[in-house]
Amino acid sequence: MADFSVAPEHTLGEPVIEVVGLAKKFGHLMAVDHISLSIREGEVFGLLGPNGAGKTTTLSMLATLIKPTEGTAKVNRHDIVKESDAVRRSIGIVFQDPSSDDILTGRENLYLHALMYGVESNVREERIRDVLRLVDLEDRANSQVKTYSGGMRRRLELARGLLHRPKILFLDEPTLGLDPQTREHIWEYIRRLVDRERVTVIITTHYMDEAEHLCDRVAIVDDGKIVALDTPDKLKQMIGGDIVRLKIVNPNLIPIKNLPYVVKVEQTGGYVLLTVKNSSAHLQEILSLVGNAESVELRTPTLNDVFLQYTGHEIREADAEGGFFERAARARSN
Amino acid sequence: MTELDGLYALWYREFKVFLREKSRIVSSLFTPLLWIVVFGGGLGSSVSLGGTNYQAFIFPGILTMTVLFSSIFFGLYIVWDKRIDFFKEVLVAPLSRLTIFAGKTLGGCTDALIQGSLMLAFGVILGVSYTVQMVVLSMIFMLVLASALVSIGLVIGSFMESPEGFNLIVSFLIFPLFFLSGALFPIDNLPSWLHAFTTLNPVTYAVDGLRGVILGISTFPVMIDLGVVAGFAAVMIGIGSIAFSRMK
Repeated sequence: MADFSVAPEHTLGEPVIEVVGLAKKFGHLMAVDHISLSIREGEVFGLLGPNGAGKTTTLSMLATLIKPTEGTAKVNRHDIVKESDAVRRSIGIVFQDPSSDDILTGRENLYLHALMYGVESNVREERIRDVLRLVDLEDRANSQVKTYSGGMRRRLELARGLLHRPKILFLDEPTLGLDPQTREHIWEYIRRLVDRERVTVIITTHYMDEAEHLCDRVAIVDDGKIVALDTPDKLKQMIGGDIVRLKIVNPNLIPIKNLPYVVKVEQTGGYVLLTVKNSSAHLQEILSLVGNAESVELRTPTLNDVFLQYTGHEIREADAEGGFFERAARARSN
Repeated sequence: MTELDGLYALWYREFKVFLREKSRIVSSLFTPLLWIVVFGGGLGSSVSLGGTNYQAFIFPGILTMTVLFSSIFFGLYIVWDKRIDFFKEVLVAPLSRLTIFAGKTLGGCTDALIQGSLMLAFGVILGVSYTVQMVVLSMIFMLVLASALVSIGLVIGSFMESPEGFNLIVSFLIFPLFFLSGALFPIDNLPSWLHAFTTLNPVTYAVDGLRGVILGISTFPVMIDLGVVAGFAAVMIGIGSIAFSRMK
């Protein structure tokens, strides 16, 4: 397997997270299978993969919520096993499920968080005001959280995660269950946090567009392993061309396969998928050789294509089975 | 300093939630009031014990019951907190588990003590004339008992994944503790098997102590009662601290 522990030259800043051979086993299930990676200061780093791929487990280990079975990691130069208290002081975390107190107001939630994370009393009020402004919640700060919309809750939790000025902010599926418009807003807020507070952000997501729009670098995770890691653009370049999708019965594929600019040919259920270099220049020739196509679709590759190439399946397939924790929860409730 | 701030935060959260959820207070006082007014009043119209009106006799017992129920059921909130991610947010804070346990226990004791005090005040309507010393001693008894029982509730809550499971375990615990405590009858002339159970039940000493303080009738000296309840509290707080420090 490739070693991803060396970050590329172009990313700025010192490494703030260094993961070496990190693994977690639940019974016989290898949830996280010896991953190594390095994340530099100021990056927005994405762990992209289906539910159950081991993203949340990885995050939980880095946040010292669970102990690794093997390997370790340094977060802000502190060992996650031996110096968990120091790690906890350096990080902020926003969980997948809502974790603010419904019955308290937004401001009270922040106040409690400030106390628990040791924000000095002389800067408490100021910090609370700052983070509320950052996520545009000043005018609703004194309402109980139960009156908030889903997007507002997320924003409050982002604000809370930042309150104690962490070096590193972990976001577990930050836009799960939100509508498209709200999701874009949340991305904006996250970008704003990175620019203004200079935090390093690590997100987990199973949304391709989220990884693409938000992340500087993306690690594609499947079955507890990192199968690819790079910037979204570079990952897409690995595909080696554009995607041409033809709807066609009885395609004539032999001449196509011999074309020098065709990188890959795939046939699935009445469709032919071609990966083609410089596709706009060659589309005409392909169409004349392949036979009578009912429809033609030309597009640049997405992270979904990358995911498919590296794992052999689409992200959505695995989705239907539910995540590891959901499976575990179901097993327990039965 | 952080630990103290954290302790205050945890307590403050419980206290705020308690004050906002008025229904919690009302519902927790409803059952004890039924016991005193209906059961005590009904049976008291034809029964008196050793020169004391039955309704007055069970009043310290019902006071104990109020503390017993609200303290142990406080553990239920931790089960709810675990269902949402709120508790994870607390666990990931740079606070020791001991602080988290202490904060939760203080919060639960505050809830229980407020409810107990409201019941104590209801005693005035029943004709109890309090002195300052009586009120202070009663409060001490209720606080010490609450700290023991909140610890039990939190330990059970920390192990349980569902509210239903919590309720099941707790009902097996809470009713024997109540009925075998002498809250509803004198423990002096019981058959030997029942006597054995009541003597082993730490709640018995809380009832006896409160009865001694409020009505001036008790089986054991009040200070012995307080000692037993305090010992019980020390053991339960110890167990709770260990359980929390091992919790994942």
